[in-house]
Amino acid sequence: MSERFREGDRVRTSAVDPDHHTRLPGYARGRVGVVIGDDGVHPLADLRARGIERPQPVYLVRFTARELFGQGDHTVTLSLWEEYLSDE
Amino acid sequence: MSDDHDDSPIAARVRELEAILEEKGLLDATELDRALEAFAHKATPANGFRVVARSWVDEEFKARLLENANEALPAVGLSMGGGLQVQRLRVVENTEKVHNVVVCTLCSCYPIALLGPSPTWYKSPAYRSKVVSHPREVLAQFGLELPADTEIRVWDANAESRYMVLPRRPGGTEQLSEEELATKVTRNGLIGTAAV
Repeated sequence: MSERFREGDRVRTSAVDPDHHTRLPGYARGRVGVVIGDDGVHPLADLRARGIERPQPVYLVRFTARELFGQGDHTVTLSLWEEYLSDE
Repeated sequence: MSDDHDDSPIAARVRELEAILEEKGLLDATELDRALEAFAHKATPANGFRVVARSWVDEEFKARLLENANEALPAVGLSMGGGLQVQRLRVVENTEKVHNVVVCTLCSCYPIALLGPSPTWYKSPAYRSKVVSHPREVLAQFGLELPADTEIRVWDANAESRYMVLPRRPGGTEQLSEEELATKVTRNGLIGTAAV
C-alpha cells in the first residue's frame, strides 16, 4: 500500500468530531504534528467498528505539548490513520 | 466520539454472539474461561522484567528490541501472540535526557502478555486525561521527580501498537546477574511511572 506521508512530514489532524467510533482522541483534533515513523497498515477503526474492513497506513505522529495544550515542554506521540491527516 | 472504545458496537456484538453460542450449546463457557485463565496465568510483569534485564546485559538484544520488539521477544521465550491476535510491540528507551511514559487515552490498551493485567490507576480517567497534558505533575504524584531538563515523551496507545518502557539500569548493579537484575525492575517502571 502506497503511503501518502513520510517521516519528517508536517501533518494536520482532522478537526471533525464524528458521531461514530474513532481513534483520533479529542485532544489531538485539528492539531499540527510531525510524522516520526510508520505504524503498519491496519483496517480503519472507524469503519471496522461498523463491520467494514478498509486497511490503510497508520503513522506515528509526534505533537508538542504547546501545540496540543498551549503549554508544557513535553511531547505526545499517537498512532493515526492516514484518513485523519492532511498536509500542513 | 472517541472517549471510550470498550463500548464500541463490535464489543457489544461479541457479547451478544457469545451469549447466543452458549445458548445453542456451541460454546462451552467454562472452556472459554479456562483459555482466558491460561493466557492470564502466563501474562505477568515478570515477563517484562526479563526483557529489561536481558537488554541491560546484552547490547545486541537491546538493539533488536528497540528496532523490532516482536522479532526480539522469542530470544527470551516470549511473544505478543498470546491473545487472539499478534499485537505490535514498541519498546521505548529511557536515557539520561529522555523519559518515556505510556497511556491509552481512549481506554486501557496495554501489553498484558508482558506486564500482566493493568493496574486500576492506568484505566482511571484521571491518569488517562492528565498524563498527556501534565506528565511532570503526574509522575511527581507517583514519587518520580525528574530533572527540569529531562525531555518527557508521552506515548498514547490509541491504535494498534502497544508500548513498554525500557528503564535505565540503576547504578551500582554492575556485579548483578541477569536474574538478579530482573528483580530490580517494577511494573510501574515498564509503564514509565517509576524510574526502574
